Amino acid sequence: MVAYRAGTPILVPQFLADVERVAAILGASRHVLNACADRYHFTVGFAASLLSGKVSLLPSTHTPEVVRQLSAFAPDVVCLTDEDDCPLALPLVCYPRADTATPPPSPPRSDAAVRVPQVDAAQLAAYVFTSGSTGTPVPYRKSWGRLVACVREEGDRFGLRERAPCAIVATVPPQHMYGFESSVLLALCNGHALCAERPFYPADIAAVLAGVPRARVLVSTPVHLRAILSSGVVLPQTDLIVSSTAPLAQQLAAETEQRNGTELLEIYGSTETGQIAVRRPTHGPEWRLWPGVRLTLEGDATLAQGGHIEQPTRMCDVLELTAQGRFLLHGRLTDLVNIAGKRSSLAYLNHHLNSIPGVEDGAFFHLEESRSSQTGVARLAACVVAPSLEAQRLLEALRERIDAVFLPRPLLLVARLPRNSTGKLPQEALRALAARARSAPAQTALTIPAEHPALAGHFPGIPVLPGVLLLDEVVRMVESDGGLRGARWRIGAAKFVKPVRPGETLTLGHEPLPNGSIRFKILRAGQPVAHGVLVPLATQERPDHGRQAG
Amino acid sequence: MSDKAPLRQPASPANVTALTAEVAGLIVEALNLDLAPADIDPDTPLYGEGLGLDSIDILEIALVVSKQYGVQLRADSEENERIFGSLRQLVEYIIAHRTK
Repeated sequence: MVAYRAGTPILVPQFLADVERVAAILGASRHVLNACADRYHFTVGFAASLLSGKVSLLPSTHTPEVVRQLSAFAPDVVCLTDEDDCPLALPLVCYPRADTATPPPSPPRSDAAVRVPQVDAAQLAAYVFTSGSTGTPVPYRKSWGRLVACVREEGDRFGLRERAPCAIVATVPPQHMYGFESSVLLALCNGHALCAERPFYPADIAAVLAGVPRARVLVSTPVHLRAILSSGVVLPQTDLIVSSTAPLAQQLAAETEQRNGTELLEIYGSTETGQIAVRRPTHGPEWRLWPGVRLTLEGDATLAQGGHIEQPTRMCDVLELTAQGRFLLHGRLTDLVNIAGKRSSLAYLNHHLNSIPGVEDGAFFHLEESRSSQTGVARLAACVVAPSLEAQRLLEALRERIDAVFLPRPLLLVARLPRNSTGKLPQEALRALAARARSAPAQTALTIPAEHPALAGHFPGIPVLPGVLLLDEVVRMVESDGGLRGARWRIGAAKFVKPVRPGETLTLGHEPLPNGSIRFKILRAGQPVAHGVLVPLATQERPDHGRQAG
Repeated sequence: MSDKAPLRQPASPANVTALTAEVAGLIVEALNLDLAPADIDPDTPLYGEGLGLDSIDILEIALVVSKQYGVQLRADSEENERIFGSLRQLVEYIIAHRTK
């Protein structure tokens, strides 16, 4: 058995037939970007590429910028896709639709062997990519033999041989190094079944698990494990739960084991090295290295090499060696960023931010506030100097270049960044700038001259200023503070709470919203007089909103 | 000539309006958005370029919604785009499926 889809088994002869079909359409190019969303399709595509001597490209994200860079890296790359409307700007090879006319191959007679193709250990199976500080993805070679050795060890450490046959359900994509090893190769190289689905909501994870027989293995991440606990969804009996991509809180591990009556193992590794250590968090914080892997200190970084690791690699975290083959994990090196299990670096993100036309200076940083959220995911923020751009445009440009999970919240437009005398940008200074920009919106005092034209209005003897004139003042203030910047705009909302009379002194305040709009308020002696939102017309135009003032 | 602004929204049944405001408040709070709940246009797409939310946010919203209203979200792919198509659609889904 190779796989399950919706609980239906897919057997080896079917798998081999599918691999042959896909190999026949891959064409002559040596490189394949495997973008299949379905885990079975991905695995067939990978095997087809491997058996054809082709190299699979596995970047962690498929933004237009990354696709461009991959084309430069491997000009002959084609994209294998199983989606109807694949947006990637590459020559596409479409995964063949299920051939319902031809019956599936019948299972072999018990004494007939199924011919499983052999692959040379030295063959280059794939390139994985990390985010380099120059903004270009950095390729890392993965040879077949080392991949197999790594996941064979994984199968042993997980005790899967004793539990066989196993059905492996995963919430992670097969393209990510963790998913590639632990949801695809772990099954393929150890004779277990992978599940085609990639469930997302807790209820779906439970449903996919329920659809397969025991022994069940769930390969997931702290984000999803936390979501499962938070939702109260009860998982069917699962024999092993695996977590990786970000540290799992001890408390979360304990609760997960308890609620599900199961064992939870955590994997530590990296895109460059693959997985290199495992631990059972409820049994202690120490990690056990894979055979042959050794760690050495190099300055404040740790170098990992040996065993299945292709080349000596600096690890992104601070590791403390405790005994032969064991270490403690102390946290990441400062430039590196991990959001919901996706890894990048501030240098890489800043490179892309500053390469956007119109950006004079910009920096990503971490917000200090740690807030409790259901998923526990904290985002990055960014301060940007870009006098000719609106926040919305900037976000769109960033979306072209970096993975959506790293988009800044909030993105603050500022006059200048707080660089110190050596040009460096301390995180503290950025956080302080952000705090000021958010909590103390720009304010201006305005006194309406006593002889200002006003309307007799509804109140006899009490002339009032038309709302539209107040809005005029707001716009003037916002423009002089650098907001709106000549863009066309409309009033998103305007509420006039109290009438304003000539001779009164008002305070006008405004602050930018993350979507590029501007919220304003007008106070008189601390009391609200009017408030609303100005929306640049570059964002969506809603013809039925017809707002007018005055 | 009046100097008062017109009402923001056309009239809708009182309970839908109240629920919409409540759900908008949950979203803003759960995602720590720099918006007032009233600033979320009920018809703006939540996912992608509208409100700029991604799949982690959708999961976050799904969890707070399930806690608050007892609705378990499932990813039947077409349904999912409809449920999270906009605040209005999310509210409609909650009304139809809430158990709390």
